[in-house]
Amino acid sequence: MSAEPAILDTARPVAARPPSDAWRRLFRHPGVLVGGFILLFMVIVGLCAPLLGTIDPSGINPTVRNRLPGFERTIRADDGTEIPFTFRMGTDSLGRDVYSRVLYGARVSILVGVIVAVISIVVGLVIGLIAGYVRWLDGIIMRFMDGLMAIPAILLAIALVSLFRAGLFSVIVAIVVPEIPRVVRLVRSIVLSVREEPYVEAAIMAGTPTPKLLIRHVLPNTVAPLIVQGTFICASAILIEAILSFLGIGIPPETPTWGNIMAEGRSLFRVFPHNIFYPGIFLALTVLAVNMLGDGLRDTLDPKMAQR
Amino acid sequence: MLSYILRRLVATVPVMLIVAVLVFLMLRLTPGDPAAIIAGDNANTEQVALIRTRLGLDQPIFVQFFIWLGNILRGDFGESFFFKKTVAELILGRLEPTLSLALFTIVIAVAVAVPLGVLAAYKQGTWIDRIVMGFSVMGFSVPVFVIGYGLIYLFAIKLNWVPVQGYQPLAQGFGGFIHRLILPSVTLAVIYIALIARMTRASVLEVLGEDYIRTARAKGQVEIKILFRHALKNAAVPIVTVIGLGIALLIGGVVVTESVYTIPGLGRLTVDAVLARDYPTIQAVILLFSLVYVLINLAVDLLYTLLDPRIRY
Amino acid sequence: MQGEPVLDIRSLTVRLPGGADRMNAVEEVSLSVHRNEIVCIVGESGSGKSVTAFTVMGLLPKGILVPTGGEVLLEGEDVLKATPQRLRDLRGTRMAMIFQEPMTALNPVLTIGDQVDEVLRIHTQLGPRERKAKVIDIMASIRLPDPERLFDAYPHQISGGQRQRIMIAAALVLDPALLIADEPTTALDVTTQAQILALIKDLQRRRGTGVLFITHDFGVVAEIADRVVVMQNGRVVEQGPAEAVLRRPTQPYTRMLIEAVPSLEPKPRAAIAGPVAVETVGLSKIYGGGGLFKKERTVRAADNVNLAVRRGETLGIVGESGSGKTTVARCIARLIAPSSGAIRLKDADIASLPERRLRPYRRRIQVVFQDPYRSLNPRRTVGASIIEGPMNFGLSERDALDRARSLLRLVGLSPDALERYPHQFSGGQRQRIAIARALAMEPDVLIADEAVSALDVSVQAQVLDLLDDIKRRFDLAVLFITHDLRVAAQICDRIMVMEKGIVVEDGPTHRVFNAPEHPYTRALLDAAPGRGFGFGKAA
Repeated sequence: MSAEPAILDTARPVAARPPSDAWRRLFRHPGVLVGGFILLFMVIVGLCAPLLGTIDPSGINPTVRNRLPGFERTIRADDGTEIPFTFRMGTDSLGRDVYSRVLYGARVSILVGVIVAVISIVVGLVIGLIAGYVRWLDGIIMRFMDGLMAIPAILLAIALVSLFRAGLFSVIVAIVVPEIPRVVRLVRSIVLSVREEPYVEAAIMAGTPTPKLLIRHVLPNTVAPLIVQGTFICASAILIEAILSFLGIGIPPETPTWGNIMAEGRSLFRVFPHNIFYPGIFLALTVLAVNMLGDGLRDTLDPKMAQR
Repeated sequence: MLSYILRRLVATVPVMLIVAVLVFLMLRLTPGDPAAIIAGDNANTEQVALIRTRLGLDQPIFVQFFIWLGNILRGDFGESFFFKKTVAELILGRLEPTLSLALFTIVIAVAVAVPLGVLAAYKQGTWIDRIVMGFSVMGFSVPVFVIGYGLIYLFAIKLNWVPVQGYQPLAQGFGGFIHRLILPSVTLAVIYIALIARMTRASVLEVLGEDYIRTARAKGQVEIKILFRHALKNAAVPIVTVIGLGIALLIGGVVVTESVYTIPGLGRLTVDAVLARDYPTIQAVILLFSLVYVLINLAVDLLYTLLDPRIRY
Repeated sequence: MQGEPVLDIRSLTVRLPGGADRMNAVEEVSLSVHRNEIVCIVGESGSGKSVTAFTVMGLLPKGILVPTGGEVLLEGEDVLKATPQRLRDLRGTRMAMIFQEPMTALNPVLTIGDQVDEVLRIHTQLGPRERKAKVIDIMASIRLPDPERLFDAYPHQISGGQRQRIMIAAALVLDPALLIADEPTTALDVTTQAQILALIKDLQRRRGTGVLFITHDFGVVAEIADRVVVMQNGRVVEQGPAEAVLRRPTQPYTRMLIEAVPSLEPKPRAAIAGPVAVETVGLSKIYGGGGLFKKERTVRAADNVNLAVRRGETLGIVGESGSGKTTVARCIARLIAPSSGAIRLKDADIASLPERRLRPYRRRIQVVFQDPYRSLNPRRTVGASIIEGPMNFGLSERDALDRARSLLRLVGLSPDALERYPHQFSGGQRQRIAIARALAMEPDVLIADEAVSALDVSVQAQVLDLLDDIKRRFDLAVLFITHDLRVAAQICDRIMVMEKGIVVEDGPTHRVFNAPEHPYTRALLDAAPGRGFGFGKAA
């Protein structure tokens, strides 16, 4: 059942494939195509929310509270004129338009996902390189990371948001901190295995100074795994942000985020399940898309990791 | 063996110490007077002063740490001013629902996920494999509370098979207990199943590529025995590992699931404590969950020696 | 050798998947194995010898390699037409196989007795007690010490040679008519190899088994074969009785292969009187020890090693795995720090210099590594790899490239290799590039750490010639690490033999080979396969 016919050539290990080959396979991978398409759709929805027939997502309207999807009513537009409007996804208990809130909610989710991924990767990469190459710091850093990893991620995030005032920034920090040790471990393990490679030893013999050695020979090996890891961090960050908002301890409730819409819909769930299901579907689709993208990236860019 | 267990137990001390330091520092790093923060918004100045002397807040920070740590090691987690109880009492009262939920979930997840993963690996590349893997990606992607409300909508509201929410202690009868526990457990199990099934598939596939599998085929062994006698036993270590690491995911899920199903457990307590900014409770819950997590993974490590003769103690 | 052959392969063709460099892995191959006969298939990597063996067992990867023509008759029955059920019945009973890697071919979580017993459980109705008696019996016959005790041992608790014996036991326990051995001794040390070869030969004679033995090593062929089949690029080039093929090959390819096998008899070489380029005094490397909670064993990987290499001289360090030969090389290259002792490079002692102060000396010692597939950064062009060192030492890019171009020409490659990537080159070519990279630093000392071990024998000979040539041309001191006595005999002026971290013998190559003083050296020489045959003498 092994994919490679190893018996063809017992003496010759599989040579590293040229990078261009990986990119070509990437854009043929069904997961990458489907995931990328859904994600692109969500990004466009978020960016173009004002153009997609939405109204002010935070606008409270006591006269249209708790309406089912498809409810129609004239509303006052920005210029003061009365226009007919269809609440495609109904309204919440404050009379806000769920459709508008869901569309604007894409912005927060994707923003949080991307920012958390970038910060965790950058910080984790720096700490991981140090841990992997500076022997005497390694023990201290890794024990500290072990401690951080011992606290379940969501719990740590919850504890961290409880310390700051609620807001986008504190939510991002709260999600980044638990992710960092995982990136550090990944980078460190790559550094430790790559520094054993004969070509790195050859560079040491060539007298290449350590910083140059790291940048030239070690760093390129971390790119593919980190892109993959970053994608998964992005997915998990979107989920955790939604969970925090849903529990009422994340981004302030007036901001339209998918978690907030669902939190608001909890009390009247039996009667108005759409307040949970519409944002829930958008959220699940987005995370699914990012995960599919991540799986595809892993299959194509980082076949060694695809086992995990 | 005993000395090995002891040695490993001792080795968890530094990790827990770091967790303790982190939990301790968390509160000290927030702006404001820790005593006032701990006392909560409704406390009067006398209560604040009492806390200040009890925690030694006028002393250097590392002395404060050891006072705090000493109290905890004696089982004194402080007092919750919000719940008007000692934190220890509070936690003990919330233990049963969470423990029941977690154990039931683990049983469901392992029983479903391992066979699914083996099946997917065995049928690699077929539609069975694709369905299992597709389910796995979905399980990772759909948030626990969406699954929870989806199941409530279907089984409690539309079909009316189970109660919508709530918890019934075991002491009031097993039937009602399990009846109310089944939906939350299934909800919580989804992501766990996704994780374990995926790892099972991957590790079985990896083992199936090993030389000794080829040896078994060369002996004329049938595929089904190759799968269970040779492959699964070798794949057990990574599978058990991921079950242990998945506990972190489970704990996160407990917090959300208990909120969705209004189960009065530790997860619900955590959220309430955060909403009320009840710091002694938050600290205690984090320490407790982390300790459980670390100990479970220690148990997993010890299990390795049973699963793989190469790992010696 | 009368009667019907045990195995009769008739014009077998196995198709390769699309995109490979040739149509078929194996093409129109015909050969036969009779009772009580050892047939060796010999060939270089990619010759299709293993594919042939796996086809017989029906173990080809499904859907990737497909037999498209011919017959494979096992005692008259075509296994290509057999149902999967029938094939499983035949495996273990009528045909059995042992593999190259004894370390991974046994299941690590099952006891070895259980794994031999498995064959009996699959194919016989014997009760547990009878089975155990049979297993103990076969384990005794492969000369395993204390089979009763080893029955319950796990594979990691026994040595590589013992594991291969267990594989043989499991293969022969039901007395199959055909045993296929796929490079069964390649991963083993030379002394262990000799024991396993003797064992296979002995069991085969006693049981009358037909053996199909796959190897790349003509020494092994000379040692064990009754008949020889030479394969190249999926085709049979030549076959016949071993004596005839080895002594009087009719095909140029066979002749070339046999001539490329280095002789075990060193040419007489004059002592070299050049200045000492590098010298170690009391060099030791100790691993392990320490650790507060762990009780680690200490391993003396290298113990009090004293050596000196003169300019223009090649010093060989010979030993089996675990002898410490590579440790010594890595210490001298300062890829690891020695635990004690001195490494003198001209007047400086580099044994304990920190990396920053070491850097100026790096240029003087260069290494050619064993694995040509991992010693070049796959993401960087050949040119970038070669000029990295000289540019670290202040050469301008242009001058460095000029130097790289002339060195590539010197090692027999076209200068346009500079812009290409390592994956575009074969193993032998990469090793040439690695040599060029080392020379670009203009070193005094060149360490070749098993530098030709991963190469096919024909390529190996060329790279050895190249190493000898550059040594002369640049007046280098060469430290040559190898496990292969034949290679050492050809290239080394002096030889050091190491065993378990200790130098047991040291002297001029012809003296060590012709009059070994230490029993371990004698054991090594006696174990060299094909010793009685005298390869390379004619050349």
